[in-house]
Amino acid sequence: MTAYLRPTSLDEALALRAAHPDYAVVAGGTDLLVGALERPAPAGVLDVFGVAELVGITPGPREALTVGAATPYARLLESPRIRTTLPMLHTCVREIGAAQIQARGTLGGNAQTCSPVGDTLPVLLALEAEVELANQAGRRRLPFAEFVTGYRQTALAADELIVAFHFPAGLSRLRQHWRKVGTRRAQAISKVMLAAVASLDDGTIASPRVAFGAVADRPLRIQSVEAALAGRPPSLGLADEAAALLEQAITPISDVRSSADYRLQVAKNMLHRWVASLVD
Amino acid sequence: MSSTQSVGRSIPRVDGEEKVTGRARYVDDLTRPGLWWGATARSVAPHAILKRIVLPDPLPADVVVVTAADIPGLNGIQLLTADQVALVPEGGRIRHPHEAVALVAAPDARTAKRVAAAIELELEPLPAVFDFDAALRGDVVVHQNPDAAPNVYSDLTFGRGDVDAALAECDLVLEGTYTTASQEQMYIEPQGMLAEWKDGTCYVTGSLQCPYYVHKSLVALLDLPPEQVVVDQAVTGGGFGGKEEYPSMIAAHAALLARRAGRPVKLIYDRSEDLRATPKRHPSRVKHRMGFKRDGTLVAVDVDVLLDGGAYTTLSPVVLSRGVLHAPGPYRAEHVRVRGRAVATNHPPQGAFRGFGAPQTTFPYERQMQKAALQLGIDPWVLRRQNRLREGDTTATGQVLRWSVGSTEVLDKAEEVLASPPPHRSTHTQLPADPSALRRGRGVAFYFHGAGFTGRGEERLKGTLTLALCADGVYEIRSTSTDIGQGTLTTFAQIAADVLEVEASAIRFAPRSTAVAPDSGPTVASRTCMIMGAVVDQAALELRTALAIYGREVGLEDPDDLAAAAAHHAQAKGELARTCTYHSPEGISFDDTKYEGDAYPAYGWAVCVVDVAVDLDTFEVAVERCVHVIDVGKAIHPLIVKGQIEGGTLQALGWALWEQVTYADDGRVLNDRMTNCIIPTSLEAPELETHLVEVPYPHGPFGAKGVGEIPMDGPAAAVANAIEDALGIPIDQVPVTPEVLARLWTSRPPEDTTRYERRA
Repeated sequence: MTAYLRPTSLDEALALRAAHPDYAVVAGGTDLLVGALERPAPAGVLDVFGVAELVGITPGPREALTVGAATPYARLLESPRIRTTLPMLHTCVREIGAAQIQARGTLGGNAQTCSPVGDTLPVLLALEAEVELANQAGRRRLPFAEFVTGYRQTALAADELIVAFHFPAGLSRLRQHWRKVGTRRAQAISKVMLAAVASLDDGTIASPRVAFGAVADRPLRIQSVEAALAGRPPSLGLADEAAALLEQAITPISDVRSSADYRLQVAKNMLHRWVASLVD
Repeated sequence: MSSTQSVGRSIPRVDGEEKVTGRARYVDDLTRPGLWWGATARSVAPHAILKRIVLPDPLPADVVVVTAADIPGLNGIQLLTADQVALVPEGGRIRHPHEAVALVAAPDARTAKRVAAAIELELEPLPAVFDFDAALRGDVVVHQNPDAAPNVYSDLTFGRGDVDAALAECDLVLEGTYTTASQEQMYIEPQGMLAEWKDGTCYVTGSLQCPYYVHKSLVALLDLPPEQVVVDQAVTGGGFGGKEEYPSMIAAHAALLARRAGRPVKLIYDRSEDLRATPKRHPSRVKHRMGFKRDGTLVAVDVDVLLDGGAYTTLSPVVLSRGVLHAPGPYRAEHVRVRGRAVATNHPPQGAFRGFGAPQTTFPYERQMQKAALQLGIDPWVLRRQNRLREGDTTATGQVLRWSVGSTEVLDKAEEVLASPPPHRSTHTQLPADPSALRRGRGVAFYFHGAGFTGRGEERLKGTLTLALCADGVYEIRSTSTDIGQGTLTTFAQIAADVLEVEASAIRFAPRSTAVAPDSGPTVASRTCMIMGAVVDQAALELRTALAIYGREVGLEDPDDLAAAAAHHAQAKGELARTCTYHSPEGISFDDTKYEGDAYPAYGWAVCVVDVAVDLDTFEVAVERCVHVIDVGKAIHPLIVKGQIEGGTLQALGWALWEQVTYADDGRVLNDRMTNCIIPTSLEAPELETHLVEVPYPHGPFGAKGVGEIPMDGPAAAVANAIEDALGIPIDQVPVTPEVLARLWTSRPPEDTTRYERRA
């Protein structure tokens, strides 16, 4: 039998995590249950879904926001703050699964699984969210880009839990763009995802951040593209340049859902379309 | 007299209440005292000699294992032939990667599955073959019929006139090669069976379309007299053809396990096992040539059809038969030649799926007509109208169409519908695309579908049922025509009720069991309402006549009071039953060897119009509008008929754009889960504008003819024609996934030559 632990406070959860570093941490269970049919059962389950300290949307100064790691997607969808400040996250979450998945799925769960096709991960990258981790000794924060270390690999230590995501101030002033291409329009696993933000400063592109999902072994920020866009006026020529740079930066694969050629072509098209859309 | 007539009205469904309240019991809801669970151990290689089956040592207590050595009778599933074994024996040949080798039963499903997974096979691998050309070369022989080429299950040719000479004189000869992929039925309820033995009799109940198919197979496999095998249909959650043949396999397995375990055994497939093991739509490759005069007259048609049947015969020869008979389309042509071959490969066997070969041959001819319209500079609607078959015309098999030809009516209705703005614009299907990336187009398909069994099939089947006035005064239908969600029971009740002047809700149904109901033939081929519904009609008429005579004999006050006569008979004499068998209408004949004559007693006629939007950034295609006009003869229950058409239309749109079963290099089904075996959701489904046309079939009940399959045939061609209209590139394969479209668009010729003016 698989042990099933359900702490009611963060302190209890961290103590159990330290005592059972081999247990699967569950914050909704949507990944664990899908995998249960084909993967060996974990030694135990540490279920943090519903732990009060991990749930909630807390405003900070200048529209900064903190989202608890185990806040269900449905709560994000109901939040006017998320809708106005992080519209890209709102759109992204609205397209995940259906009502049942949205009632259970969480940012913390998506981040810990860290699948290359995790839907919210490019959004966390593009919004430069910080992830807050805790163990019994204390807490630390690191940029989400540093949290992701490889194919389904993260910087999370065996005694740590993801506590929250911190979104910096000023995001609502940026143009936020999200597009997911899945195997169909609903209830679909992603084939390519683009999360992009920028602002226009006197006709030139400022603070561009471009992140893709499902085009490499992990969600990726495309720094070469960002560098090329920064400080330049948007144009079709710049869009061509960005698409060409993207091709050098990503390594899509062929699998049962799509092909490498398709993913590359569509990723370039999506980026091109976004850069072109900045031309007013 | 009954106050209301029910035919033509959408009355509450006979099976509706128990399904929406959750009271309906599907096979997995059934249990028995002492029930055990079964599991199946399968081959892992596509083609190999099975040297030895190695069981886990020691076997857990409380587990039984069955192999081919435990089969008391014939080790074969009885379909057209019995070449498919129930279990591959040691020393025998494995022909596909999901073939059953051994069975396990245990007190719980988890143990049974664990033990089945631990069974190991010693194999001597053989080279395998998966594509048409290699299979036809015969380098690797999967199947060999006597006096036939290797790997050919069936090779059919028919036609008339002199095709080669006629093509040589045509102003335009169009040639194209068209391919279609395999498709999964994706019925709601995966397959399953429960078997138990009592006093030497084997009782099987489960999810199935054809009780007597299962019965025939079990009698031979178990070597029992027919009366010692009883097959019952449990409430069945959809079939679409997928539960026509494979239930015989699962029933065989469950029966063997129950026999060995000495207790009831339930064998339920989960979705992944169902996706891997059960038969699906045949992949196809069709070469199609059409010759026209400059004025648009179609003169000659030359078609070569290949279907991938997979590793065993199953139903492939009859799927092929329907496919080739539909290949020339609903068009007049003096010169026709059609050849078709069903080919053996090491894929899991393919089988019955709504449309049964016709979707694979409809797609090519409606693409050809579209290309012809472009090249001849003739409006595609005009070209179709000009060449359409009409009443009195002769088909490619020499069949003179004597009745119920709605070809003109469906075209008229479709053009009328399109002349006005749509009643509702689907907005939920819109792609989240930049408007400048979108290209829009419209496509049409005009097509037909033969209803009932092909050729002499109905004469051979002799579908039979009983209608009885029971001793308790209630009318009861005893038939093995199954309701799998498509409304058989409701439709039969309406037909009987109107003849017997009672409410449809007053008609009772005996279980669809071989113990109590005669063989009504399989529930397939759009035949149940048209063929067996006509037998219900006939039996009801005979019963009515007998009761009228009885009423006069016993001196009822009002000799025309049917209800009084029935009540009197039930009380005084008990049951009065009439058993009737289907007979083909006068003058229907078909030569099975020459393929000449009346291929089908009647045809449905249809037009499907599809509007698409294509996103050139992502190559996603949205169906923004779908108008489907179908001649059904008579809609006994309009809501059920429209439901059949809407479901079939969406299934066809799915095949056109998303659905395909993908095979690995070793023949395994790769996408064996609903997360990667994609079917459309409501976001992909536009408002389906369904319009019924009723050109009565004189030999159908109240004029009805088949409707179950026809909506599957046409939409794929309409979608491809619409994408061609939008992008100006030919689309000659389905599904047109975004990956396919991206490749076609990127490799399109620089000069756009095929684009034509869209019809307003």
